[in-house]
Amino acid sequence: MANEAAVRVGVDIGGTFTDVALEIGERRYTAKTLTRQDAPEQGILTGLRETLASAAIAPGDISVFIYGTTLATNLLIERKGSPTALLTTEGFRDSIEMRNENRYEQYDVNIDLPPPLVPRALRFPIVERMNARGEELVPIDEAQVEALVPVLEREQVQSLAIGFLHSYMNAAHEERARDVLNARLPEMEITLSSEVSPEMREFERLSSACANAYLQPLMSNHLRNLEQVMQEQGVRCPVFLMLSGGGITTLETAIRFPVRLVESGPAGGAIFAAYIARTLGLDDVVSYDMGGTTAKICLIDDGQPQTARTFEVARVYRFLKGSGLPLRIPVIEMVEIGAGGGSIATVDAMGRIAVGPESAGSGPGPACYALGGEAPTVTDADLVLGRLDPESFAGGAMHLDRGAAETALARDVGGPLDLEVPLAALGVSEMVDENMSNAARVHAIESGKLIEARTLVAFGGAAPVHASRMAEKLNMDRVVIPPGAGVGSAIGFLRAPVSYEVTRSHYQQLDTLDVEATNALLEAMQSEAYGVVEPGAGGHELFEQRTAYMRYVGQGHEVGVEIPVRVAATRLGPDAGTGLRTRFEQEYHRLYERTIPDLEIEILTWVVLVSTRADLPAAVPQSAGAVVPEPVGERALLDTETGDYQTVPAYTREALPAGARIDGPAVIVEKDTATVVTAPFTAHVHALGSLIIERRDRE
Amino acid sequence: MSVNAALMKIRMQVMWNRLISVVEEQAQTLVRTAFSTSVREAGDLAAAVFDRQGRMLAQAVTGTPGHINAMAEAIVHFIGKYPVERMEPGDVFITNDPWKTSGHLHDITVVTPTFHRGKVVALFANTCHVVDIGGRGFGPDARQVYEEGINIPIVHLFRKGEPNETLMEIIRTNVREPMQVVGDIFSFAASNDTGSKRLVAMLEEFGIDDVDELGEFIIESSRAATVERIAKLRNGTFHNALVMDGYDEPVKLQAALTVGDDSIHVDYEGTSPASAHGINVVLNYTKAYTCFGVKCVVAPDIPNNYGSLLPITFSAPEGCILNVQRPFAVAARHIIGHLLPDTILGCLHQVVDGGCQAEGSASLWNIQLRGGPSVSRPESYAGDIPEFEMLQFNSGGTGARPLKDGLSATAFPSGVRGMPVEATEAITPVIFWRKELRPDSGGAGRSRGGLGQIIELGGAGGIPFDVLAMFERVDHPPRGREGGGNGAAGRVALASGATLRSKGQQSIPAHDSLVLEMAGGGGFGDPRERDAHQVAEDVRNGFVSRDSARDDYGVVLDAQGRVDEAATAAERGG
Repeated sequence: MANEAAVRVGVDIGGTFTDVALEIGERRYTAKTLTRQDAPEQGILTGLRETLASAAIAPGDISVFIYGTTLATNLLIERKGSPTALLTTEGFRDSIEMRNENRYEQYDVNIDLPPPLVPRALRFPIVERMNARGEELVPIDEAQVEALVPVLEREQVQSLAIGFLHSYMNAAHEERARDVLNARLPEMEITLSSEVSPEMREFERLSSACANAYLQPLMSNHLRNLEQVMQEQGVRCPVFLMLSGGGITTLETAIRFPVRLVESGPAGGAIFAAYIARTLGLDDVVSYDMGGTTAKICLIDDGQPQTARTFEVARVYRFLKGSGLPLRIPVIEMVEIGAGGGSIATVDAMGRIAVGPESAGSGPGPACYALGGEAPTVTDADLVLGRLDPESFAGGAMHLDRGAAETALARDVGGPLDLEVPLAALGVSEMVDENMSNAARVHAIESGKLIEARTLVAFGGAAPVHASRMAEKLNMDRVVIPPGAGVGSAIGFLRAPVSYEVTRSHYQQLDTLDVEATNALLEAMQSEAYGVVEPGAGGHELFEQRTAYMRYVGQGHEVGVEIPVRVAATRLGPDAGTGLRTRFEQEYHRLYERTIPDLEIEILTWVVLVSTRADLPAAVPQSAGAVVPEPVGERALLDTETGDYQTVPAYTREALPAGARIDGPAVIVEKDTATVVTAPFTAHVHALGSLIIERRDRE
Repeated sequence: MSVNAALMKIRMQVMWNRLISVVEEQAQTLVRTAFSTSVREAGDLAAAVFDRQGRMLAQAVTGTPGHINAMAEAIVHFIGKYPVERMEPGDVFITNDPWKTSGHLHDITVVTPTFHRGKVVALFANTCHVVDIGGRGFGPDARQVYEEGINIPIVHLFRKGEPNETLMEIIRTNVREPMQVVGDIFSFAASNDTGSKRLVAMLEEFGIDDVDELGEFIIESSRAATVERIAKLRNGTFHNALVMDGYDEPVKLQAALTVGDDSIHVDYEGTSPASAHGINVVLNYTKAYTCFGVKCVVAPDIPNNYGSLLPITFSAPEGCILNVQRPFAVAARHIIGHLLPDTILGCLHQVVDGGCQAEGSASLWNIQLRGGPSVSRPESYAGDIPEFEMLQFNSGGTGARPLKDGLSATAFPSGVRGMPVEATEAITPVIFWRKELRPDSGGAGRSRGGLGQIIELGGAGGIPFDVLAMFERVDHPPRGREGGGNGAAGRVALASGATLRSKGQQSIPAHDSLVLEMAGGGGFGDPRERDAHQVAEDVRNGFVSRDSARDDYGVVLDAQGRVDEAATAAERGG
């Protein structure tokens, strides 16, 4: 969608760094500055000025500005949002505190459950009730709502969520309560659960509504500031926001639904990986982002990262499922595990090496940083195994202390297990690679997909070191290490489509499908989505995608089935039920290798996505001819099969020409990381700068 | 250590992790394809892999202790009847025999041998609760197991890949929801297939013929680690008794826990005899929750498998309520099973430094409802009464922990999840008028017990229906420890006022509602030592009333709800 003159800027505020990527046609300028928690706009300005200067253009020349941030996520993790109240149906004051009545870890009798964002004292039951069909059982007591005004003022509540039972079927009571309060408290930010997450299941819907309300005052303030600062700088284009679902949207929509900004940085990373895969002509890939604390894995099919309708933020216990706050919003689906360069290795009660999720982070950091960290980490193991160069780490800015790494590994792993230090390091590395591979494999199974035939796209500081070995364990034949991976998310933002997804629960059984009511619903959803997307689409062509979430009556998990949207006739025809059944059975069979005869099928949820076409590049073929480059040195690398060190050649990535071919085992060093090419693989340098690492015996 | 030996050691650890991942894939397949709400919504399931001798090597973290540890005992019965040497590829076996598996007919266990290089290398199994099994259904009223539903002996579900159609037809004819039950059984078999496929891929990747050596390594490492923990405990025999409501007379659970050098033995001598109703427990299920109770205190981080369970033994006299024989009825055996960990924690409290958590509500409050014209008299309601069955899991409060409050409305020891009211109302003609925490139900203490919850539910449109009541802790509330107060007792009633029995099928008349008040957990330590500001916060949130703050905690609050320091000091000093 970019024309020749378009100047596109992507900004990603992470916990530590703020990344800026500016593109003019084929040229790209990037900057990395420290994030300023107190004034995040300032970090953006520093990076922006740097890239504008490099490109020799003025702020007024910027035509697209896309912003993604971890600030919303951090406010939830650190519990630093605004004092928020919740209005809920009488009798259901505690839905967000009772959660699902389960301990997420069976055997640990000392677990803590994450406290709700809204304490009980600020949860106000209201007399009202709808049933599951959206019919009013008890009218809303408006006087009771009105009487809350002085209480909310006294408690200095800044934001309010309203979540009544079955509001996904009929939002009239939520809307009425909002109108009553708005008339008296015009400044109060009010979130309706029926707008944030209009789906069945009260805990998840109310949790999402509370998170939205909890974030709204601060995020709205921040986004308005940013808009103003940009205008003061002379930026004339509108500011767009990256969403957790992988699309971008207008500032106004982001202010209404700040909960949809959660995890937008990682979403940008997945889009970056999808884009890289496209340029290489690869359809099905796995993005693998390994940083200091965690590894994130996402499945990408046909250039589209896999999405989900729910996820959990701010997990309080070893990244364990169930220990966080559920948010039901469209997200790019990722599995995140506590496996990063800083993950700490220990020996457990069974004499097994355990790695993570505790991390030494960047402070005190791995033992080899010599910054006070004493525990052995994955980075320490990588150093001892010869994968990292102690002298050239971080472009030579930091010397790594191999002795300190050895001491830590000997004390905490080698000693207890009677293993020599190099083998202890190998054990740590094998275990973290195994954990990541297992997470990827289980994630693929949960998604009904296969992992073997895919390509691994690896980025983030620690990923290139471990990617080849992971590919071996996952029986994958190809790994891609893209260039510019250090600011991957910000680049990913520039590749994201302008899009918006609307979700509605609307229960139907296929044999009694009410085609008219369904058409009316889909049209209302369509018009809502177009209303959000059109203002930001700049006249670009839009497309629409409709999905019905269906299952056999009695099952608990739905299968997403796409409904064809015909250009000429967007309405379902009278025979729609038959077509939906066929499509559902095809999809079910693809996932579970069998269908179940004679069982009725039901539809629970409908999703309408309206989007611009994603920026789809044509694949650039691999450059012809193989150049065999000269190594710049040698490395002693521990062989995982024999346990012995062997001397392997080392290369500098930036000095490698396109078409270069390097057989493993070898190490390719760059500024922030190193790529390890294990013995079964050969690396090629692609014309676009990616390292393509392929299994030799299957070439 | 030689390099080769060291590499082998690392490899074993990697394969062990892989095996745990394989059974998790098995469990996830189960959750995604199952029909029964208790499997898919509540996680009432177990999935695991066994060696050729029937020893459990790894289990999925998804699941609940009553199933997992009971299934650990079950596989030997399968290979006893069908030795592995005679199994053929495509064979799948099934049973729901309470005495061979997990203690009631609703739980079906499906076992599939995994073949590699022409022989059986392992067995995958899962145990799940199906929606219906015929008979009286899920309730405590039967006097004999024969009334409780259809009993499937250990037989082929598939023989060389061919389904056992005769068996399927018998099941279809005998259960209330035939499509769902049969659909579930197919998904149980499919999940074992997923596990088998992954295991074979692992054997190929590592180039090994079988899991025998890996199995020995897992079992021995886990056994040794558990023994090491036990060795650190004070030796001796420690006694505890817990009295609970029972069906129509109190049941006493009497335990003597002996810590030896390398084992822990629990003896239930002195426990009440079997009940005439369906709350009796078979040995497998007794073992399941005995092991869980010991393990969550002594070795919580050691993976659950044959080796880690080996040092934990128990005995229960034949004929006592924890070791009944056919034909005693067993359907609602969870009521008692769920109280075994509390019985054991009362013993271990005397052993471990700092003590163990107080007693909790423990027994799940499973709401099993039944409606329809054959259940309620049609003349009692002007209009049609739809036929329905409903099962919902609900929990009271857990006991206060030595240094932390108990968890409110949270299952312990069961591992199941609750179900959303909105999802239940969408498929069942009932209306929940209330489901929220129950103030003042947590036992007072330095650490407060978790709060119970209150549920009020009626028929949609006021229809009458029956409840198959199996609720506990109504006459015998959870006890506090070390000066902590008891949790509030449970209560079962009609909204119109009448009290109902805590066990047995009873009617909810048209336009009335069922009220369930679940017990809170017991408190731990002297409530007058609780931080006064924490008490004020509890009052502000409505967890504790002002009266209870003053009377139980000795904390006086001013009109704004702040701690009145002087009055509190006077109250606590006196």
